[in-house]
Amino acid sequence: MRLIQQIGDWFDLRLQLGTPIRETLEHRVPRETASWFYVFGSAALMCFMLQIVTGILLALIYVPSAGEAWNSLQTLNHGVSLGWFIRALHGWGSNFMVAIVLIHMVQVFLFGAYKFPRELTWIVGVFLLLVTLGMAFTGQVLRFDQDAYWGLGIGASIASRVPVIGPWAVNLLLGGPIIAGATLSRFFALHVFVVPGLLIAFVGVHLLMVLKLGINEWPMPGRVVRRATYIREYHELTQKDGVPFVPNAVWKDIFFSGFILLAIAVCALHFGPFGPSGQPDPTIIQTAPRPDFFFLWLYALLSFLPPSAETPILLIGPAIGIVVLLALPFVAGEGEKSWKRRPIAVLTILLVAVSLGTLTHLAEHTPWSPVMDAWSSQPIPAEFLQGRTALERHGALVFQAKQCHNCHSLHNLGGQRGPALDAVALRLTEDQLIRQVIQGGGNMPAYGKNLSPAETTALVAFLETLHPANQKPAHNASEAIALGASEVSPR
Amino acid sequence: MSAENGLSRRAALVKLGLFLNGVVGVFLAVPVVRYLLSPVTREKKFGYESWLSLGALEQFPVGQTRLATYKNPVVNVGDGETGDIACWVRNVDGQKFQVFAINCAHLGCPVRWFPQSNLFMCPCHGGAYYQDGSRASGPPERGLFQYHYKVEDGKLLIKAGEMPTPGQPIANKVGGKTTCA
Repeated sequence: MRLIQQIGDWFDLRLQLGTPIRETLEHRVPRETASWFYVFGSAALMCFMLQIVTGILLALIYVPSAGEAWNSLQTLNHGVSLGWFIRALHGWGSNFMVAIVLIHMVQVFLFGAYKFPRELTWIVGVFLLLVTLGMAFTGQVLRFDQDAYWGLGIGASIASRVPVIGPWAVNLLLGGPIIAGATLSRFFALHVFVVPGLLIAFVGVHLLMVLKLGINEWPMPGRVVRRATYIREYHELTQKDGVPFVPNAVWKDIFFSGFILLAIAVCALHFGPFGPSGQPDPTIIQTAPRPDFFFLWLYALLSFLPPSAETPILLIGPAIGIVVLLALPFVAGEGEKSWKRRPIAVLTILLVAVSLGTLTHLAEHTPWSPVMDAWSSQPIPAEFLQGRTALERHGALVFQAKQCHNCHSLHNLGGQRGPALDAVALRLTEDQLIRQVIQGGGNMPAYGKNLSPAETTALVAFLETLHPANQKPAHNASEAIALGASEVSPR
Repeated sequence: MSAENGLSRRAALVKLGLFLNGVVGVFLAVPVVRYLLSPVTREKKFGYESWLSLGALEQFPVGQTRLATYKNPVVNVGDGETGDIACWVRNVDGQKFQVFAINCAHLGCPVRWFPQSNLFMCPCHGGAYYQDGSRASGPPERGLFQYHYKVEDGKLLIKAGEMPTPGQPIANKVGGKTTCA
C-alpha cells in the first residue's frame, strides 16, 4: 500500500494533477441535481467512447475502397472471429448515441438549462447534435451497400438544388462526376478524421463549461433567472444545499452508463449487425433504398412535400431550424426555468416528437411507393370475381396486367399509392371512371395510350362491380333527364 | 539599450514572425484549396463527358425499352463496380431513340421500367414517368433526364460521364421540359 502511495506521489510531484483533479471531482453541485434526470450527458459520452473503441477495431479490417468495402464487411461479418459482434456494437452504439443525445437535449430544454449563463454550452451542444448526426450519416455511407450508394445519390440530388453552385457542390461531395471510389474515400476521411476531431473538440469545450459554470440547478417554479443575480444565487445554492459531485451524484451516472452499455451489447447480441444489404453495383436496379432509422423521417418528408415547395423547404428548412436552436438562449436567456411554467416549450417538444414519430412510422411502411410486384404476386380476392360476367372478369385481368394493383388495394392487398378501390363504384360514375382511367389526374398517370378501347371498357365494367352488395353504385342523375329530354324532342 | 527598447524590439520580432507565418500560410493555402477543388476544376478544364457505345442497335428492338449498361469514362483505382452505370434505351421507331438516365429526376433513385403499364416507377418516393420519359405522377418536378445520342456504324452512342442531378445545367439540355400529367 505504501509502495502505491510512493509511486503516486512520484508521479504527482511531476504531473501536479492530483489537486485539480480532486477539486474537480469533489466540486459541489446542487443537491437535487444528483438525479436520474441528469445522467444523459454522461451516457452520451460513454456511447461516444464505445464508438471510438469499436470504430478503431473495425478499421483494422475495413477497406475504404469502393471495390473492396462491401467484401471487407462480409469478411467482418463472417470471416473474422466475432467481427459481426464488433460491427453490431458500432451500429447499435450509433443508434443509442443519437437517441441519448436527443433525450439529453430535450431534458436540457425542458429544464431551462440553456438560459444565462449557459448559452454557449447550449450552442456547443447544438453543434454536437449536428456533428453526431454527421457521424451517423457518414457512417451509413461507409457501410457501402445499395442503401449507401443510392443514399449518396439522394444527397447529391439535394446538393445540386443549391442555386448557382449546385453542380459544383455535387462534384465536391462525390469527389468526381459519379458516386465512386473517391466518394467513399472522402466519406471515410470525414467519418474517421474530420468529424470525430470536431466531436472531441466540442465535447471538451462542452464539458469544460459544465464544470466552470456548474450543473444547472433543479428548476423550481417561481425561481426566475436574472442576469444580474443568477451567478450569486447559484453560488449560494451550492454552498448552502450542495453536495460533492463525487460520490453523491456520480454513482447514478456510472450506473446509467453501465446500463446503456449493457443495453447496446444485448441489442448487438440479439439483433446482430446492420447489413450490408446488396452489393453497391449501380447496374442492379431491383432495389428499394432506405436510409437508417434516424433519417427515416426525412425520407417520408421528401415523399410528401409538394414538388414546387420541395427545393426551398429542403434548402432553407434546415438552416431555419439550426438558427432557431442557436438563437434560443438569446431570445429566452432569462425567466422561468421550470417546464411547469413553460407550456409553449412543452407543446413544442410534443409537436416535434409527434411529427418525427409519425413521419418515421410512415417511412417504415412507405405507403407512397407503388408495390412493384403486387400485379404478379397479390391476387384479386375471390369475392370480387365470383358471379361476375366474362367482361367484368376480363376487366379484372386488365386490372392485374396493367399493374393497377401496384398502386390501388383491394381488401388491403396491393399498393397504397392511390385510393383503395373496394368501393370505388360508390364514388365515381361510369363516365367518371372512364375519364379517370384514360386521362389520369390527381397524381394518377393517364392510361389512355396504354389501354385499347376494349380493355378500358372491360376495366371500367370490373370497377363498376366494386361496391357493397347492399349499396347501389353511383350513377349520373342528370343523364336520364338529358336522355329523356332528347327522346322528347328528336333532332 | 534600455529594457523598454529591448521589449519593443522583441514585440516587433514576434509580430514579424507572425506575419512571416501568415505569408507562408497563405502560400500553402493556395495548393491546398486547389487540391480540394480538383473535382470541380477538372470538370471545367477537361469535362467529364464523352461519347460511349451502348452496343449494337439490334439489342434495342423497335418500340421497346431496354436496360443498357456502360463503363463510366472517368474511372479510378478502387472504383470497382461503381464505374458501371445503367440507363434505359427506348427505340421509338427504329430511327429515333430516347436514352434515359437511371436516376429519378426527383432524388436520383433507380427507376424501373414496366412494359405492362408502360410506366417508369421509382421505388423511393413514388415518382412515375410515361414511356417517353415525361412526368406522370409523384414528387418529380420534371421528366426523366435524357442523354444525347447518335448512331454510328450500327452502334448506339451516348454522351455520358456524369451523374445527372436536378440542378445540373447539362441535364436540362435534352428532354428537360416539364410535361403536365
